[in-house]
Amino acid sequence: MGQAFEIADGKVTISRRVALRGAALLAGALLAPASAWALDLPRHKVELVAPPFVHPHEQATKLGPRIMEFRLWVEEKTIVIDEEGTKLQAMTFNGSIPGPLLVVHEGDYVEVTLANPDTNVMTHNIDFHAAAGASGGADLTLINPGERAVLRWKATRTGVFAYHCIPGAMTPWHITSGMSGAVMVLPRDGLKDGAGRPLRYDRVYYIGETDYYVPRDEKGKFKHYDSHGDAYMDTMEVMRKLVPSHVVFNGAVGALTGRNAMPAKVGENVLIVHSQASRDTRPHLVGGFGDYVWETGKFSNPPETNLETWFIRGGSAGAALTKFLQPGIVGYVNHNMIEAFELGATAHFRVEGPWNDDLMTQVMAPGPIVSSAAHQ
Amino acid sequence: MLSAFKLMALATAGLAPIAISALAPRYGTGSAAPSVQLPELVELRTGAIHFRANGEFLRDGKAITAPIVAVTVDRPLAVMKNQVSVADYQLCVKAGACPATGPGETASDRPVVGVSWRDTQTYVSWLSRETGTRFRLPTDEEWAYAAASRFHDDALPEDLYRSDPGQRALAIYDRDAGRVMAADKAPQPIGSFGANENGLLDLAGNVWEWTDTCFQRITLDTAGARTAAVANCGVRVVEGLHRAYMADFVRDARAGGCASGTPPSNLGFRLVRDDVSWPGLRFVLRLVQPGSS
Repeated sequence: MGQAFEIADGKVTISRRVALRGAALLAGALLAPASAWALDLPRHKVELVAPPFVHPHEQATKLGPRIMEFRLWVEEKTIVIDEEGTKLQAMTFNGSIPGPLLVVHEGDYVEVTLANPDTNVMTHNIDFHAAAGASGGADLTLINPGERAVLRWKATRTGVFAYHCIPGAMTPWHITSGMSGAVMVLPRDGLKDGAGRPLRYDRVYYIGETDYYVPRDEKGKFKHYDSHGDAYMDTMEVMRKLVPSHVVFNGAVGALTGRNAMPAKVGENVLIVHSQASRDTRPHLVGGFGDYVWETGKFSNPPETNLETWFIRGGSAGAALTKFLQPGIVGYVNHNMIEAFELGATAHFRVEGPWNDDLMTQVMAPGPIVSSAAHQ
Repeated sequence: MLSAFKLMALATAGLAPIAISALAPRYGTGSAAPSVQLPELVELRTGAIHFRANGEFLRDGKAITAPIVAVTVDRPLAVMKNQVSVADYQLCVKAGACPATGPGETASDRPVVGVSWRDTQTYVSWLSRETGTRFRLPTDEEWAYAAASRFHDDALPEDLYRSDPGQRALAIYDRDAGRVMAADKAPQPIGSFGANENGLLDLAGNVWEWTDTCFQRITLDTAGARTAAVANCGVRVVEGLHRAYMADFVRDARAGGCASGTPPSNLGFRLVRDDVSWPGLRFVLRLVQPGSS
């Protein structure tokens, strides 16, 4: 059949055995539209991009509702999650942790083709928190290696919503191995403040936070496993204690710092979408503000303004709009600083532009305490 | 044209406690046959180098690039050919004198890592006592002299200090983020990183080395004369692929939070023979005005 699924390092072509199975499926699929509910709307195919970036989209649209087509595929693979080289048997949507952010407008239909290439060994599916019914679509998308399924759901609620794999008893393992992402459903006329005035962003970044539970050996070193199956029992034991070994943004310690810091400019409005499919988190901009924050992530509620730190409940996504006021490095951290500094939950914005002396100036550089000042 | 002037070794404050302990009688410098073998030492001849001064410098209340200073080593300097190895360090641990190092490389032919500055002082005391020869950590200046071409100057350009705090932060960030991580963090067998022109092994490999030099902040006036200095001896200079400042109780350097880039991969050390009794100054520091060197 020659149907291929892109993966990080090229293309994986489905094997002949699976191709045959796929052919059988396709024969069935040809009949399917007759029984599936037909929808006569324009279609738009979206090429997804890996986080922290977001595929091009309109913020407000004059178009009517469309069928937005997305392709998601599952990749089980070994990844490195910190500078020490700790390896994780990961599970991903589209090869990235988190999975990509899907952006649509209220009233659009989200049509997702979910594929599970036969290079994988496990069964997967997808639960969209933004979708009504059938466990967010999970019940209709449970697929084995070598299978695919197509799900269509209507975006009836605006906001940012998590999605994740939910394959029965192994759900928490799949989620904490990387299988989560987010959907953003924008109002058709765009974002608004509490008074109904439009809000626009110059850039949008999507940050997915993941907690990992990597087992350690008797010396305290992280263990490496050759396969997911090998890792399962030990990992579950660590998970049940609820103490993560890593809490990371974008899949790994340092994935959004240093050379991977997110660029921005002074004066730009930046929308930061943050999801955590597992546990609570509390984003904070170091030296910045959440000018407009949808803490619970739903745009039908007025955004809170001028927040220092906000709270993202485990199993949800939130959004914050910030205007960068000073150049330099702006940390974006989980303000449980133990998680930020020790476990990895740190990102950096690299902000270019002119410094504003009025907002801040160093009146006196660090120097010796003068005796008279010492007693002040 | 520009008058170079002498700067009394600012490390004085930091060296004092070590020097005092080096004179303590328990070191038994006159004891009988030593029970531990002397480490292999390389004797460096006297000489002079220019190098980027350690610490932070302020002029007219503003941060400036640290000046290049002239360092004169006016007596021969005996430096350990290699970093203290696991085998060396284990002797001290087994003798009950040194604390065991944390988890990590335990092969005896590797440099010992995961040691704090405080641990090095315990080892110095033990080795000096057991060998009947006084040892100490090198100062930062001595390390640079011994490291020669393996010493790295990663100071930011002069003009950056005239720019605003944002540009400065970005420049520091980009420099740190661009640092090449030692390929493999795991300590390699002694000698893996080769010898420098002085015949010293593994300098600026993937194990950074503690020095005795305290962190210092020096204030200069417009003419470049030192008007004030604050030394923080709870923080010591660590040398390797880049210079770092490390709290003396830290055994494992790490980045994180708002810091970027690459911390020292491992913390280890090598010693020098303490040939000169306190308060003899081993070298003279001269601040060299920009352009005069």
